[in-house]
Amino acid sequence: MSEVTVQGGQEVVGVGRIEGPILVVEGGANVSYDEVVEIQDSRGQIRRGRVLEVGEGFAVVQAFAGSTGLSIDGTRVRFLGTTLHIPVAEEMLGRIFDGLGSPIDGGPEPLTDRYADVNGQPINPTARIYPRDYIQTGISTIDGVNTLLRGQKLPLFSGAGMPHDQLAAQIVRQATLGKLAGAPPTEGEEFAIVFAAMGVKNDVADYFRRSFTESGALTRVAMFLNLADDPPVERIVTPRAALTLAEYLAYEREMHVLVVLTDMTNYGEALRQISNVRGEVPSRKGYPGYLYSDLASMYERTGRIRTSKGSITQIPILTMPNDDITHPMPDLTGYITEGQIVLGRELNFAGIYPPVAVLPSLSRLMKDGIGKNRTRDDHPRWGAQLYAAYARTQDVRALASVIGEEELSDVDQKYLKFGRAFEREFVNQSFTENRTIERTLEIGWKLLSMLPKKELTRVTLDEIAIYYKGDDASN
Amino acid sequence: MSDQVGTITWISGPVVRARGSRHVGMLELVEVGADRLVGEVIGLKGDQMTVQVYEETAGMQTGAPIYGTGLPLSVELGPGLIQSIYDGVQRPLPLIEEAMGSFINRGARFDSISREKKWRYTSRVKVGDEVKGGAILGVAMETDTLEHRVMLNPDDSGTITWVAPSGDYTVTDPIAKLKMGKEEKTVTMLQRWPVRRARPFTNRRPANIPLITGQRILDTFFPVAKGGAAGIPGPFGSGKTVTQHSIAKWADAEIIVYIGCGERGNEMTEVLQEFPHLVDPRTGRPLMERTVLIANTSNMPVAAREASIYTGITIAEYYRDMGYHVALMADSTSRWAEALREVSGRLEEMPAEEGYPAYLAGRLAEFYERAGYVDNLNGTQGSVSIVGAVSPPGGDFSEPVTQHTKRFIRCFWALDKSLASARHFPAINWLDSYSEYLEDVGAWWREKTGKDWLTMRNRAMELLSEESRLSQIVKLVGPDALPYTERMVLETTRLIREGLLQQNATESVDAFSSVEKQIRMLELVLYFHERGMAIVKKGAPINLIHDLPVVDTIIRAKSTVTNEEITRFDEIQKQIDQQMGQLDAEYRS
Repeated sequence: MSEVTVQGGQEVVGVGRIEGPILVVEGGANVSYDEVVEIQDSRGQIRRGRVLEVGEGFAVVQAFAGSTGLSIDGTRVRFLGTTLHIPVAEEMLGRIFDGLGSPIDGGPEPLTDRYADVNGQPINPTARIYPRDYIQTGISTIDGVNTLLRGQKLPLFSGAGMPHDQLAAQIVRQATLGKLAGAPPTEGEEFAIVFAAMGVKNDVADYFRRSFTESGALTRVAMFLNLADDPPVERIVTPRAALTLAEYLAYEREMHVLVVLTDMTNYGEALRQISNVRGEVPSRKGYPGYLYSDLASMYERTGRIRTSKGSITQIPILTMPNDDITHPMPDLTGYITEGQIVLGRELNFAGIYPPVAVLPSLSRLMKDGIGKNRTRDDHPRWGAQLYAAYARTQDVRALASVIGEEELSDVDQKYLKFGRAFEREFVNQSFTENRTIERTLEIGWKLLSMLPKKELTRVTLDEIAIYYKGDDASN
Repeated sequence: MSDQVGTITWISGPVVRARGSRHVGMLELVEVGADRLVGEVIGLKGDQMTVQVYEETAGMQTGAPIYGTGLPLSVELGPGLIQSIYDGVQRPLPLIEEAMGSFINRGARFDSISREKKWRYTSRVKVGDEVKGGAILGVAMETDTLEHRVMLNPDDSGTITWVAPSGDYTVTDPIAKLKMGKEEKTVTMLQRWPVRRARPFTNRRPANIPLITGQRILDTFFPVAKGGAAGIPGPFGSGKTVTQHSIAKWADAEIIVYIGCGERGNEMTEVLQEFPHLVDPRTGRPLMERTVLIANTSNMPVAAREASIYTGITIAEYYRDMGYHVALMADSTSRWAEALREVSGRLEEMPAEEGYPAYLAGRLAEFYERAGYVDNLNGTQGSVSIVGAVSPPGGDFSEPVTQHTKRFIRCFWALDKSLASARHFPAINWLDSYSEYLEDVGAWWREKTGKDWLTMRNRAMELLSEESRLSQIVKLVGPDALPYTERMVLETTRLIREGLLQQNATESVDAFSSVEKQIRMLELVLYFHERGMAIVKKGAPINLIHDLPVVDTIIRAKSTVTNEEITRFDEIQKQIDQQMGQLDAEYRS
């Protein structure tokens, strides 16, 4: 990628100040805001960086690989006169790149003359197509009650030690374009997958690589890896580089692209680190005030546009520090993304996989991708009913822990049974189980049939007549 | 047309410093750099100026020029605003798409209002008339049903010397001439107004007509008056946007201004694709024909997000001046406050709370004070109602934006995460919300429905707060420990919660409830309560009431009885009479 940018550009010898990954370069003229630089240390090693601030006769530069080994006089900074671009090509699928988009799989640089700005550009809201096609993931807690649509951004909120990686791998493996309930299975259109790792351990990256290999998906995966021992500052670029490729594949090559970003919490920490070194006024927990806008500049690069058949669907993974959903990272993410899938520690302890905590989970776009002519007519009300019943179960459990199960009324006892069955039969499924939408609906109705008909006020009487399987005795 | 007034000396994100002329005005609109990006002067010190730029500054260099325009940041006002979708500084997004494709590029310059489109204009003044600022000069039909009243700029006045004959004119064609003192001024349908200056009116009127939204929890329980201001704070996923969309769809305002401020692109697309197909129940026309959209999504430049609120409110005031009732939705004011914070941070101003600048409260007050029910300069009456969404971090209402907002609004709709988790929508918590307009709008309800709405509403609220107290006990000892009379309260409040408060925005019958339907449902539930209570007091076990078939009928009435079939509630009342009557007879002894 260096071949695009090397020509031209002025060089400054020596820097004024070095603080963490930040250099203050004095003496450059006509430096552009946000332009890329090449920083050469005294031994001739080159690393890249980016301009964060320009003033008269000085520029503040952030070195992606950190400032280790740079000296005041022995450092040369060359301003390349352009913002950061990466090559984009269809043949990048099946390849592995570092956090800045250079190949690390031993293969050659992608052969292309298309270079794209990693910052991207905002999609004009009038050019978007509102997402309506659901993706069947084969996982009941997603397809049934938190349906994912093509062009949606739906993060996984998890915590250390929970199986978010397995769940993401399962989604990637099983995702196909959704069909009407009961429609015969067809060869689903396959997704191209763009995978970006920010500050995750080698094992995690390896896990995904193996999982992609096993499912035979590796040839349609492009991986951008910035691992835990790679320079943290590079992490700022990694998701952007991945999304830049995704945009090319979706909007120019008309492919359906699934982007998995893990772990966004590490990204946030890298951003905080730079903000800190620059002495910016922090807002919450030391994160910069622009964290929301910064995250949005990535999450909003999801969707569909009118000029292409392709789509970008994003599944960012976040580990919530201390399982705290009000931490700035999950909090601001939740405000931008179209829902969230939350993993619950208690379910995980109980051995339930995937441990999706259904109540705090949500898919905002679900209402537009399900129901008549999409999944099945009763689906929206069925989902609301399951939610309402499971929420009631939580109240009953709290009560039972005080007064004991025996003291509960008959109806409450039924809710208690419903709750247990819901977790064991609906939420719980195996890592390899790929449920059809009709199977998911069927399990749900079976569970609802454990409750008296009178309790089911969210579904219509007609639907009860068709699908209710219980005896409804003694309500 | 614009001269260079300075040279850039410093760039950091959307904030740029330059050195040059001392004659640049505060809040003057400037064009920055070779691409002539739109910016606004936000600080002056000697020959140094600080500019916030409304577009992405990547690639901009020091030494680049800044051009002055001599004008403050303004919006264009005239026929053609309705059905438009603009970015934060009133650039039409469809034209940007046409010219630049699916992505927004920098440096786009387009007229906000079409110069080609012709409007059928009919003058309402004649030569020799003395006209004052704000006077209605004539009308143009903006849509089939909306009369656009062309007004004289509020700052002008004089004697009409010429009027255009009725006919088709563009917004830049002369429609009248005016003698102002010694000079003669040509008037067109187009005028400009600085966004940060509230448009003048004669005086404020009391706000005592409710803005009917068709949402039962709002209209019946926490009404906002036309000309009032309401805030909807809530954590993510609690339904702020769905509530805002519902109000935008069903509110009985003549004009809706919807500002998507730092929110999701798909949400704006949803509005764009849905509104043209939804029919306004009052006019029978598509909802889009009364709507102006301002979309500055979260990934669009942050400074324009700050401006978008002002762009929206100025357009709202313009239609108010014509004598219309306007409802403005701002989703979300927290993103606007964050834009203020970001710019303030880059200016290295001393932060007050949580990094927000000390002038946050002042800016919020300025914005909400632009709501009001007023007598206009031209003698008509109009109103601007503001509904502002607030997105408190972590759902914590003690944060600065929520707290300051509470000081300037009179209606607070508190969204609740746990209600949303149980899929109780709208997830507005009835115990944390309040409306200070209750007394003010009581008379309107009596006149409109002939019923004592306020007493009934207060009775229902009383039951709900009783329920909250009782459920504390239930949590400790279980429901069986309560006497039947208290369990009767729980039966009734379940009907209130599931039958009245819950409302499904996606279901055609339930999405909008007329005032008549709302009051009738409330009346019915309270009637059920009184009858049930009387029977329970005679010793009937509560489960007999719980098992009455009419309970289910009442809960389902919201989606089975349409707004046109209000009389069907009489049948339900008969069912209550009949089923309760039977029980009553059994326990008469």
